[in-house]
Amino acid sequence: MSVLVYTENWDGKFKKLSFELVSYASQLAKMLGTTATALSIGEVEADELKKLGNYGAERIISVRNANLKNLDSQAYTAAIAEVANNIGAKAIVISNNNTGKSIAPRLSVRLKAALGAGVGQLPLSTSPFVVSKRAFSGASFMEVELRTEVKIITLMQNSFEITETANNANIEEMQVNVDAPKTTVCDVQRQTGKLLLTDAEIVVSGGRGMKSADNWGPLEELAGLLGAATACSRPVSDEGWRPHEEHTGQTGKIIAPNLYIAVGISGATQHIAGVSSSKYIVAINNDKDAPIFEVAQYGIVGDAQKILPQIISAVKEVKSK
Amino acid sequence: MKILVCISNVPDTTTKVKFVENDTKLDTNGVQWVINPWDELSLTRALELKDDAGNSVNNVTVAHVGPATSEPTIRKALAIGADEAIRVNADQGDAYYVASQLAEVLRANQFDIVLCGIESSDYNGSSVGSMVAELLGLPSVSAISNLQIEGEKVRITREIDGGKEMLEVATPFVGIVQKGIAKEPRIAAMRGIMQARTKKIAVVEPAAVDSLTQVVKFDKPAPKAACKFVDADKAADLIALLQAETKLI
Repeated sequence: MSVLVYTENWDGKFKKLSFELVSYASQLAKMLGTTATALSIGEVEADELKKLGNYGAERIISVRNANLKNLDSQAYTAAIAEVANNIGAKAIVISNNNTGKSIAPRLSVRLKAALGAGVGQLPLSTSPFVVSKRAFSGASFMEVELRTEVKIITLMQNSFEITETANNANIEEMQVNVDAPKTTVCDVQRQTGKLLLTDAEIVVSGGRGMKSADNWGPLEELAGLLGAATACSRPVSDEGWRPHEEHTGQTGKIIAPNLYIAVGISGATQHIAGVSSSKYIVAINNDKDAPIFEVAQYGIVGDAQKILPQIISAVKEVKSK
Repeated sequence: MKILVCISNVPDTTTKVKFVENDTKLDTNGVQWVINPWDELSLTRALELKDDAGNSVNNVTVAHVGPATSEPTIRKALAIGADEAIRVNADQGDAYYVASQLAEVLRANQFDIVLCGIESSDYNGSSVGSMVAELLGLPSVSAISNLQIEGEKVRITREIDGGKEMLEVATPFVGIVQKGIAKEPRIAAMRGIMQARTKKIAVVEPAAVDSLTQVVKFDKPAPKAACKFVDADKAADLIALLQAETKLI
């Protein structure tokens, strides 16, 4: 019996998301009176694997298999299901990112295990096993009972505090039987040298109120100073002022940074749906009645072109101290 | 080639959601129902493929699991251009229940490509498409932002954390679709609306399947504190405030 947590790697490295997942699994294991086992698939060095132990994984299983070189949802499902059965997993924790979304539902069917998708906190109770998840695109939460013996939870990114623990982890290799994938990855395009929007703790975002693609300089400067990622609202990506990867909102990226700075964004329901899980929202908008101020904790009513330079110099001053 | 697009019936995205019966059910009073936005994009891409003479797509069917009251949403899909529709006559259960019903539809009818939206805007589960694929033992690809057909091969772009991957997959398979797959959802023209009236909606009874989960209740997010305003002429004060109160800068 154990809680199994699947920790994806990016070119052999883990990131904050991985440690959030392990922290969550370890706390969940405590609630269930058991321990957490982390599963890594792919080529990850022992030193890197060992890091998972810093967040409460007592056992670290490493699976290397030529058929798992690329993400194939069937192959990964087969591998994780086999490991889950081997260790008698009571619960399985996976990220709610695109990788998790492609595996967890398949795993739910394969193991006949109820899936709580997009969970942001520990279960409200374990008997019955009830989780709270995002619903109606952030306008509500839904308490859902998972009614099977084995449970699967996908965790929203940036929703769980990382906690470091003493590291007692054992690393072991495990063999799995996986058929050759039926999908072939032909090419990969990576964003390099840029902080990913979904990983960022601070996000600076621009809307139609920025008026033109040429006005993004100060916004990018502010993001650079704050170590933030840049985002935008839907009209901005539709106009082609910014790449569509930056579109944040219901049909774009759903993010949950600690600080979201919305500049020239009025705050349509669809935009709020993508950012409502942010810890703090700052809004700068020339319309005092803009709905963004209803969800923001801090606001400035005025012209972004005049306000941004003042903010930039204030940040520079703070950072120089 | 035949494409099946699975559609979900959801409250319009601007709906102010309210709950009834001790917060266990959505208050459907005054709710406008629409095709789930991602399913609408899937349908649009399927119809674009059908219109393109460069491939063999010749039929686009929509499938929906829901009661008779969701037929206006199915008619809308037919008006946009779907050739036919299948409705599984069930009050919606959980994602596993819905996926199991769709899997039955696929066992009874041959399709080469099955498209589902990456999530529904009501329960945000991102589950049904991948569950259908697993139930049928089909390959599935998630977060698809581009889909092209070249002969018997399907070329797909999917979004991953920090980039894109280009894939090839043989049919049949399940594609789980996100933004980017089509530029704008197609809008029904008057001619389409007229034609939709005579298109057939096949109604099938549901298979006996138990849900794996049960909704206990809905909660509204805790109200946030009122916005603190900083004067536009003293915008620098915002940074001092953020430093003091959020400790993030």
